[in-house]
Amino acid sequence: MSITMGMTVVEKILARATGKESVRVGDVVEPAVDLAMSHENAALVINQFREIYQGTPLEPKPWDPERIAIIFDHRVPAESPKTATNQKKIRDFVGLQGIDKFHDIRGDVGGICHQILPESGYVLPGAVVVGTDSHTTSHGALGAFAFGIGATEMASVWALGTVLNVEVPATIKVIVKGRFKKFVGPKDLILHLIGKLSAKGANFRVLEFHGPTIKAMSTSGRLVICNMSVEAGATAGIVPADEETKRYLRQEAGVKGKITHVLPDKDAAYEQVVEIDVSALEPQIACPHTVDNVKPIKEVAGKKINQVVIGSCTNGRLDDLEVAASILKDKKVADGTRMLIFPASARIYAKALTKGYVGTFMKAGAVVMNPGCGPCLGVHEGALGDGEVALSTTNRNFKGRMGNPNSEVYLCSPAVAAASAITGTITSPRKGA
Amino acid sequence: MSRVVFTVGDDVSTDVIYPGRYMATVLPTETPQFAFADHQEFNTRLKAKTVPPGSALVGGINFGCGSSREQAVSCLKGHELMIVARSFARIFQQNAINLGLNIVEVPDLEAADGDELEIAGERLVNKTTGKSFSIVKLPKARQAIIDAGGLIAYTRKRLLGGSA
Repeated sequence: MSITMGMTVVEKILARATGKESVRVGDVVEPAVDLAMSHENAALVINQFREIYQGTPLEPKPWDPERIAIIFDHRVPAESPKTATNQKKIRDFVGLQGIDKFHDIRGDVGGICHQILPESGYVLPGAVVVGTDSHTTSHGALGAFAFGIGATEMASVWALGTVLNVEVPATIKVIVKGRFKKFVGPKDLILHLIGKLSAKGANFRVLEFHGPTIKAMSTSGRLVICNMSVEAGATAGIVPADEETKRYLRQEAGVKGKITHVLPDKDAAYEQVVEIDVSALEPQIACPHTVDNVKPIKEVAGKKINQVVIGSCTNGRLDDLEVAASILKDKKVADGTRMLIFPASARIYAKALTKGYVGTFMKAGAVVMNPGCGPCLGVHEGALGDGEVALSTTNRNFKGRMGNPNSEVYLCSPAVAAASAITGTITSPRKGA
Repeated sequence: MSRVVFTVGDDVSTDVIYPGRYMATVLPTETPQFAFADHQEFNTRLKAKTVPPGSALVGGINFGCGSSREQAVSCLKGHELMIVARSFARIFQQNAINLGLNIVEVPDLEAADGDELEIAGERLVNKTTGKSFSIVKLPKARQAIIDAGGLIAYTRKRLLGGSA
């Protein structure tokens, strides 16, 4: 066993969170949790949490209500009495336990959990973040180790404040070089990477992002690539914190306290190194019914689409709406195609309104919906009809994902979504491409 | 002995196992009715209770990829199925361990509908074809959760000062 071998970012975070000098791939550790996030599935977490205390003399109190965040986003406003009752139950629990990081269905502080956490300054570099949602990987964009867990696991976290029996994951280093062409960006990069690695390529592993393209990327873009890291199976995606991270946390998330960057050692051990040059990358499309079925746009251009969706925890931020608005300005959504736009948070919605994007969308014929997960998981609104095709900036295209197993979902960037809404077919925003 | 009652391919997602539109249903007593809801024939058999407990569902690589929804595990657990797959997605595997769903990872698995499977130590034997395959052993730390009877019991023991 080498004594001087360096550590990856996640190894360093886990060493810190377990009070150890160092940890190695395969070690079983029990990290302290800095933030535990749930959405509507907190209803199940609450059940399981109470179950843990059954038959014990202990009172079911979470270890630290300050470190619990609950955000309603999956079905907002409630689509059914069942959901409304679950949301009511969670509200009661939140009040009882004094959970302040609670974001109800509101037009000022509501939104999608993976946008609310960063923009509220709840996630700092070096933190251990768990969430009862697979896209919790998003928060790696801020240099945190963030991963998805199930509801029962979360109940255990609420009880103990730690995650039991975590195996230190191996890390794949992804080095990204080159400048994106116009209308090509982080979504195209991550789709391309998922296509390259496959849906299982990073299972039980961490993707650690490096290189000049990542350095130059905004936090918004980093959220896109970390968000979708899970689609390659990754436990987490992570961008080591830098000046941009600090800028985002100070200027956009209002963080006043200390920010400590956790960086990988120069001699950190990586299982694999993947290099990507984005200079020649064209817009990428994930075709039905797996996210790794990725093709350059020219192979699917012209495909007729019935519904275009811009939004979700992947691509519902201000820069996404900005590029879509620039393409849709003074244009119309094609007849026979409907366009739904879901800003990722109320704060983003308000900014999009001020900047005139919402007006541009409405004038074009798009329907601007309230912030939330919307049609992404086919549970609430925007379901597809039999035989229909959707083009969406969301993160999954599994069979039945948008509420109908007899439909198809293609995934793309906001620029491609906007250009395609105008023609009613899959269309590159890059002229002549 | 477990009879294979249903086979699926690679990358079967939690949306296929438990469609998102049923996610408002969370109780393990209620989720089993929606197991593989969009595979109507299999779902109908499950609901009609014509699939005996202990039957095997055979999957390919990356079974359970996608969402962290625990319903995808509790709905299968409710029918007492054994899930044999070439590999499992991380969150699904952990949820299965936590809830006590019987999952068996067999990388070289070859099995078809109707085959009879039997676990013999560290091998899975397909009695119908006569072939046998090695089973990937769970790491000790995960096995400990199963041995405790699931994560709720394991955590309870820890809270009460036991050395979980």
